[in-house]
Amino acid sequence: MLGLTEYEISALFLSLKVAVFSVFVCLPFGLAAAWLLARVEFFGKVVIDALFHLPLVVPPVVVGYLLLVLFGRSGPLGTWLFEQFGISITFTWKGAAIAAAVTAFPLMVRAMRLSLENVDHRLESAARTLGASRLRVFYTITLPLMAPGILVGVILAFARALGEFGATITFVSNIPGETQTLPLALYSLAQTPDGETGAMRLALISIIVALIALIISEWLAKRIDRRHGANR
Amino acid sequence: MIDIDVQKNLGSFRIDAKVATDTNGVIALFGRSGSGKTSLVNMIAGLTRPDSGRIVIGNEPLFDNARGIDVAPEHRRLGYVFQEDRLFPHMSVIANLHYGAPRGAAGRQFNRIVDLLGIRHLLKRRPTTLSGGEKQRVAIGRALLADPRLILMDEPLASLDSARKDEILPFIEELSSELGMPIIYVSHTMDEIIRLADTLVLMSDGRIEALGTVEALTSRLDLRPMTGRYEAGSVLHATIAHHNIEQGLTYLSFNNNTFKVPLLELPRGRELRIRIRARDVSIALTAPQDISILNVFPGTITEIDEDASLQVDVLIDIGVPIWARISRHSLSMLDLHPGKKTYVLIKAIAINRYSLGGLTRSGMSTND
Repeated sequence: MLGLTEYEISALFLSLKVAVFSVFVCLPFGLAAAWLLARVEFFGKVVIDALFHLPLVVPPVVVGYLLLVLFGRSGPLGTWLFEQFGISITFTWKGAAIAAAVTAFPLMVRAMRLSLENVDHRLESAARTLGASRLRVFYTITLPLMAPGILVGVILAFARALGEFGATITFVSNIPGETQTLPLALYSLAQTPDGETGAMRLALISIIVALIALIISEWLAKRIDRRHGANR
Repeated sequence: MIDIDVQKNLGSFRIDAKVATDTNGVIALFGRSGSGKTSLVNMIAGLTRPDSGRIVIGNEPLFDNARGIDVAPEHRRLGYVFQEDRLFPHMSVIANLHYGAPRGAAGRQFNRIVDLLGIRHLLKRRPTTLSGGEKQRVAIGRALLADPRLILMDEPLASLDSARKDEILPFIEELSSELGMPIIYVSHTMDEIIRLADTLVLMSDGRIEALGTVEALTSRLDLRPMTGRYEAGSVLHATIAHHNIEQGLTYLSFNNNTFKVPLLELPRGRELRIRIRARDVSIALTAPQDISILNVFPGTITEIDEDASLQVDVLIDIGVPIWARISRHSLSMLDLHPGKKTYVLIKAIAINRYSLGGLTRSGMSTND
């Protein structure tokens, strides 16, 4: 396909699968976290805020190691998952998706929180006086008005997940076809004698994927802008 | 029926407001900015919770601290037109209008309101493409279509220039007359209130200072600090007696007297309120002759408001109380004092359509 080798195709599709999956895992939690930080006042908010941002500042290797400790077969979460559902996520693509989701989470929350803070609370009050319940206000007013921020959050998280390296290799290792995403494959080739051409090809593929994601997001953003009437 | 008695502390500011009235039509809530008008209206709408007290609209308690009642804003069935339009930017005008409409709401009502507000040509547009006046008309329509039992309007014209205000005021007048919708209208502009309101509620420092007809409250000297010095004037309740096309004048009757104003395009028998600003009224000691002023009434001085300024307000009883603003020099020259007989002079052309109000109420009475 498109002159790509099987190795490249496998890494590309695995990367896309991991990134898409991690973004979907992030979305509901990200939205809830953004709501908590933007709209709820509670004791210890600063600490929670810092905790959410931790994966952004901690070295990815540390994140990967902690995930390994937690989700490993002898780790507390890993044991529980295996005993309850017979699931083991270490050294699988699901683990890679979780590593990507954790590192992408703060970026998504930041973008969503900013857009939620920009939603005019007065519009929501107006909707209440028009007979809408809190839930209806959220779906019909808050969420649509947040859409640009959600989009930015999704794109940022997607890009971050595509580029995830340190946490992934620490948590789920570098297994071709299972956990070897584009960056990991590139790393392996760069370590191999005569691997330069292959590494360069993977670098180009990464750039093209990123470009396509950017173009799609621009197009979506324009559509949302038009819906909000900002272009007229 | 409106029965409100609420208390709330907002930092160092305290709202302690009691209002009870049976009036329908337009009730104006008047007060300076910072007097607590918006806070009170937000409590009525359920957007702010009072610390204590009760709010009863119609026969339904919406808030009663003692009985643990606090109806959610979406269940209060009160329309709210805000100072800013607050239209939903991501929806078309028609979607905005339908937002609060009960499911399966009658299309006739929709058409009637859309036509009344003159917004049919805007239905497919986005709110951001509308002018300020158009936005506010859509906001009024949206509130109306939610089928409220009463509409709260918080200075809906404050953000508009005077041309846009003139575009909207007639609609608000018609809401009450055509649709019989009770309105609580918040304003700090006396002109708007004279034009729209039947009942006036004065608010100051979080408290209700007075409640009564617009005519009664604007002539009271003790309320002058609240009703405002520049805005000072009197309000006359009159009926259209006949029109004289040749003279270009309309004759209004009030209290067995006749008041002449430039021709009005209103039917005979229509009752209205005329606002006469104190600075448009002069005083003479003898009945003037050979004079251009058409309205001359004999009367007796009842009160003199000697403020510290160079101007003095004199209240003259000509069957109804009329305020005149004259210079301090004139006061001493004419030796004016309470009890003195004088003549009141009012130029006909001082009255224009901005001085007229109360068409709403008369409109309702002609429907009876």
